[in-house]
Amino acid sequence: MTSADTISSETIDVSVWRGGAEGRYETFAVPLRQNQTILDVVTWIQRNADPTLSYRFACRVGMCGSCAMTVNGRPRWTCRTHVSKVVENGKVELGPLANLPVIKDLAADMTSFFEKWQKADGAFVPSKTRHDPIEEILPNTPARIEASAAIECINCGICFAACDTVRWQDEYLGPAALNRAWTLVNDERDAGKSDRLRAVAAAGGCHACHSHQSCEQHCPQKLNPTASIAGLKRLTMHAYLRGDL
Amino acid sequence: MWDLRLYVIQRATAMLMVPLILAHLVIIFYATQTGISAEGILSRTAGSLGWAVFYGVFVVLAAVHGAIGVRTVLREWSPLRGGLLDAIMFIFAALLIGLGARAVVAVTMPGGLGT
Ligand code: SF4
Ligand code: SF4
Ligand code: FES
Repeated sequence: MTSADTISSETIDVSVWRGGAEGRYETFAVPLRQNQTILDVVTWIQRNADPTLSYRFACRVGMCGSCAMTVNGRPRWTCRTHVSKVVENGKVELGPLANLPVIKDLAADMTSFFEKWQKADGAFVPSKTRHDPIEEILPNTPARIEASAAIECINCGICFAACDTVRWQDEYLGPAALNRAWTLVNDERDAGKSDRLRAVAAAGGCHACHSHQSCEQHCPQKLNPTASIAGLKRLTMHAYLRGDL
Repeated sequence: MWDLRLYVIQRATAMLMVPLILAHLVIIFYATQTGISAEGILSRTAGSLGWAVFYGVFVVLAAVHGAIGVRTVLREWSPLRGGLLDAIMFIFAALLIGLGARAVVAVTMPGGLGT
């Protein structure tokens, strides 16, 4: 570190959740740097103040979706969140993602989040074999446009942590899993559509969503799971009225 | 697909209620604007099959719509699940229909019972 890296000798007070479900916030004074991200702050604490601090990250550039935490009460991707954007009166509070069990410190247990992707039939079902010629997919069909708008999910779990319905209803599949299902029901190559519609129309599926758009508000990829879920509500309702569900 | 069925029924009852609610509001405004008395209202509704059907249908729609909503609220805000939720929904719907039917009968019965 050169002196040019620091804005000044200033520090910020960072309270960090320590422990599992039971625990407490521990405060560290972390030197302020230019263009510092929340992930930089957490890494600084682990390297300089307490090597036992647990947290999760991989890519550091907003691609892997593993660094999400609760920052001053809101779920955020910490590698792309600048301290200057979120600091309040020289303070930052960091906790694990909400709506998930805590493993330790800032690491939440993502198991239920990913199990719900499977429950929503989030896996692609191929309709062709490797011996068939590669299918041409036009980018401008209405279905492909819907799928493309929702496809860039990085599985960060931020929407899941931001969703009140996830908190209220344990079986609710949540915005990310339903958004994934929406991309697949719009994928012309997929062969699992009717099972998937059944999966997302069951109790705890798309109809449990309140459309209050907290997921859309917080998604770092600027996706709109609310719109995807509204699409699923429409499709399942039509299928039901046709007698297909 | 029980949850989906309830979802569809709740939306359908909402759609059917929209014109009824508008008519209901217009009637309330009309009645209060013209300074009509309770006796005046009852003299028009008593013995009227039209009003009996209008508010009878309204009561049933509102009861079904509301009871499904109560089930959803209980699912999110209470530990109740499964059959118990459905039982409460049916009881609540029956209660609303009973109360509503009593009011409809009171204002539309021939002779104007009215109380
Ligand atoms: S819109 Fe639906 S999925 Fe998104 S936060 Fe609200 S309830 Fe959750
Ligand atoms: S939809 Fe957005 S917030 Fe939710 S997991 Fe995907 S990228 Fe993250
Ligand atoms: S570390 Fe990969 S998205 Fe933040």
